[in-house]
Amino acid sequence: MSKTINLTLKVWRQEGPEKKGRLETYPAKEISTDMSFLEMIDVINDRLTLDGKEPIAFDHDCREGICGMCGAVVNGHAHGPEKGTTLCQLHMRHFSDGDTIVVEPWRARAFKVIKDLVVDRSAFDEIIRAGGYISANTGGAPDGNAIPIPKEVADTAMDAAACIGCGACVAACPNASAMLFVGAKVSHLGLLPQGRPEAARRVQSMVDRMDELGFGNCTNEAECEAACPKEISITNIARLNREFLKAKLFSPHS
Amino acid sequence: MELNANIPSGPLAEKWDRYRFERKLVSPANKRKYDIIVVGTGLAGASASATLAELGYAVKTFCIQDSPRRAHSIAAQGGINAAKNYANDGDSIWRLFYDTIKGGDFRAREANVYRLAQVSNEIIDQAVAQGIPFARDYGGLLANRSFGGAQVSRTFYARGQTGQQLLLGAYSALMRQAAAGKVTIVPRREMLDLVLVNGRARGIVVRNLITGEVENHSAHAVVLCTGGYGNVYFLSTNAMASNVTACYRAYKRGAVFANPCYTQIHPTCIPVHGDYQSKLTLMSESLRNDGRVWVPKKPGDKRPPREIPEEERDYYLENKYPSFGNLVPRDVASRNAKEQCDMGKGVGETGRAVYLDFEDAIRRDGKDVIAQKYGNLFQMYEKITGENPYETPMMIYPAVHYTMGGLWVDYNLMSTIPGLFVLGEANFSDHGANRLGASALMQGLADGYFVLPYTIGGYLAAESFPDVPVDHPAFKEAARDVQARVERFLAVGGKRTVDDFHRELGHIMWEHCGMARTNEGLNKAKGMIQALRGEFWENVKVPGSERDFNQSLERAGRVADFLEFGELMITDALARQESCGCHLNEAYQTEENEAKRDDENFCHVACWEYAGDDKEPVFHKEPLVFENVELTQRSYK
Ligand SMILES: Cc1cc2nc3c(=O)[nH]c(=O)nc-3n(C[C@H](O)[C@H](O)[C@H](O)COP(=O)(O)OP(=O)(O)OC[C@H]3O[C@@H](n4cnc5c(N)ncnc54)[C@H](O)[C@@H]3O)c2cc1C
Ligand code: SF4
Ligand code: FES
Repeated sequence: MSKTINLTLKVWRQEGPEKKGRLETYPAKEISTDMSFLEMIDVINDRLTLDGKEPIAFDHDCREGICGMCGAVVNGHAHGPEKGTTLCQLHMRHFSDGDTIVVEPWRARAFKVIKDLVVDRSAFDEIIRAGGYISANTGGAPDGNAIPIPKEVADTAMDAAACIGCGACVAACPNASAMLFVGAKVSHLGLLPQGRPEAARRVQSMVDRMDELGFGNCTNEAECEAACPKEISITNIARLNREFLKAKLFSPHS
Repeated sequence: MELNANIPSGPLAEKWDRYRFERKLVSPANKRKYDIIVVGTGLAGASASATLAELGYAVKTFCIQDSPRRAHSIAAQGGINAAKNYANDGDSIWRLFYDTIKGGDFRAREANVYRLAQVSNEIIDQAVAQGIPFARDYGGLLANRSFGGAQVSRTFYARGQTGQQLLLGAYSALMRQAAAGKVTIVPRREMLDLVLVNGRARGIVVRNLITGEVENHSAHAVVLCTGGYGNVYFLSTNAMASNVTACYRAYKRGAVFANPCYTQIHPTCIPVHGDYQSKLTLMSESLRNDGRVWVPKKPGDKRPPREIPEEERDYYLENKYPSFGNLVPRDVASRNAKEQCDMGKGVGETGRAVYLDFEDAIRRDGKDVIAQKYGNLFQMYEKITGENPYETPMMIYPAVHYTMGGLWVDYNLMSTIPGLFVLGEANFSDHGANRLGASALMQGLADGYFVLPYTIGGYLAAESFPDVPVDHPAFKEAARDVQARVERFLAVGGKRTVDDFHRELGHIMWEHCGMARTNEGLNKAKGMIQALRGEFWENVKVPGSERDFNQSLERAGRVADFLEFGELMITDALARQESCGCHLNEAYQTEENEAKRDDENFCHVACWEYAGDDKEPVFHKEPLVFENVELTQRSYK
């Protein structure tokens, strides 16, 4: 059964990448516990608009936890305190009447703030561009059943492929490392037989690009796994490290 | 205006081969001289961009989101069809073709649908080669499930995230071409106008959503892959940014709009629960494979579901449609849910819901098997509703989901504007008056990987193109219009938010142009929309400024177009004095309350040509000719 609660929001407001930001306080009155976190912000934004103020800018699209567009740090947790949940799927029933909620953007050297809670995550696209694919031109592919793939392998690849590219792992990491994101893609493609021919090249070039873009090193804090809304396992980082070492050892280029 | 579908001659099964042989080709060395703009990076846009670039064209690809990987296709859950017949249950290209034509209630073009079925198998092969982790059985071969409207198992899936995986595959192919320098990706841009020079599509005007700058981009051809317009109803399963703007702007420039009133209402969504609600969440219809739909037999029965004994439950789909049971097509399932609720048998707080129950399936297969198949859907349901579907039945209700209507295209996927091609959900071409489950992903990828890359070559090879720089007068004029419109939104300074108008429009559309329509309701809605549109331009409040990241301004543009487009949908619904597929006019029903077609008078594509603001659009029709299938009354009994 739904009920309503009253909250206080402290939200990061920043007009642009070069501007100084600050936390502003807004009362959030009569919030239905059935609302999602983003619907709560919608309500606040409607009120701000009618009061002649600028609404809070925030990214979102699917609102069902799959596009990876939404995200903010809520009370110190990327995507909020619920495990395995994107911000759009976080519901207000997890908060209590009288709570104060602090909402801030992802903070990382590689993700610049664009406005308020909106950040630039194009660095993730850059990493994929560096090799996060299997080179298979359209046309002429062999029959889908030509290479049987053991179910466990397909399932593990799928576990890794479930990453939505939201960037929470980077935001949660004290070093702002992108290893979970990169590990997930390297694992997804590297586990499948189709992905093996390019595996060594892929891992080297993705890791090199990641380093160039200003992401930090992994020091096994495991905060990424705890924050990941798709519960991508940290074993993917171990697999990434193994693949990387193997590639370095056997690569003719190094 | 003459609507020539340019269907190749010859027997149905040979048309596509013959077409490809006869079509003019662009020589490999010449391809790089052609610039092609692709708007949209969903399955259709990403696959088309990647493939065009592989062929050697110079491609520029635009999207609204911050990354091409986030297009709305990412949200598709259930699966993608193909006529592989791996299950050895009698599937074939012909059967997939026939099911799609019949599912669409005989309102789609035979030749296009046949081609779709033909290329369906190649899509699966292509996706596997790209590393899509499709579900597999223990032998390591690809697994299949069945979907509504089909009696064979032909749906390929990757858990409940098939759209995500297929889109990430197309996205990775796109990024590979970006790395090769063949595609320029331009994210966070919204197309706000189409530019025509000498009657041909030669570019677009976009707004940079970060800086607010208006930009011109020119090309030899423009490909729209901008998705569907379900958000005209405010609440739908579509992503928040899904819109009609790109297609509507093209319509205003002369592209004809086909069948705008054909809207699919999906039977299995999480019911509406409050006014603040911003979107509806789909629960994949693959759930109907194992879930059983029921309501209490007695109207107003408020007991918790598990306390209602078996004999007091009405499994109305199984009872009414013994051969398809819970797997009847979407339109049939949706209308039946509405009918049960209208009779007072609906459940939940609002009475606008029915149960989808997994108790029997869990008993039969075990919780693990059900979790394997639907785990993430169950989890999503629990997050939103706070209820555990392993223990209590889900509650579902129909919601707007997909739009079969779209810009009219011929066999080449070219609109009535030469050089403007339209792919994916944005065109009208393959699903007639109702789309079968798992066929949109198939169509988007067919169009993008396998159809457009051939057909566009024929257009480019046959024409010669003068240079059109971005400061050509046609660009200047279009950019000036776009700029003026942006300023107009900001200048109104009224008292209602954009969303407030959108919500009201959505109510009007849902009530009068939704699951069941009447002439009276449609006529009334038309007046209501006109009035609302008038008020919008006097009373909307759009905060912020123009040269800025301004999400209210973005939405204002989309809602302003919906306020015009909604009326076009109603005009179309009123013109179609029959029922077919998802378009149910209550005056035309069979004795069993199914859609009753009038093939004598309405076996056509209804096409609308823009005639000026506040003028009735001009009606044209493309007659549908069926040479290979016999038109029958659909029956899923
Ligand atoms: C929840 C859900 C589940 C679904 N499940 C299935 C399923 O299981 N099987 C199935 O076959 N189908 C399913 N569908 C339908 C299917 O997902 C869509 O029809 C299909 O993905 C549409 O793809 P598209 O490429 O045409 O467009 P979209 O994926 O909608 O992409 C549109 C693109 O256009 C861009 N765009 C739009 N307007 C503009 C503009 N003005 N300027 C610049 N860019 C613009 C967007 O940024 C985006 O990149 C589902 C749909 C929903 C809503
Ligand atoms: S690994 Fe998890 S947290 Fe990181 S981008 Fe992917 S889904 Fe988001
Ligand atoms: S809005 Fe798509 S994941 Fe949250």
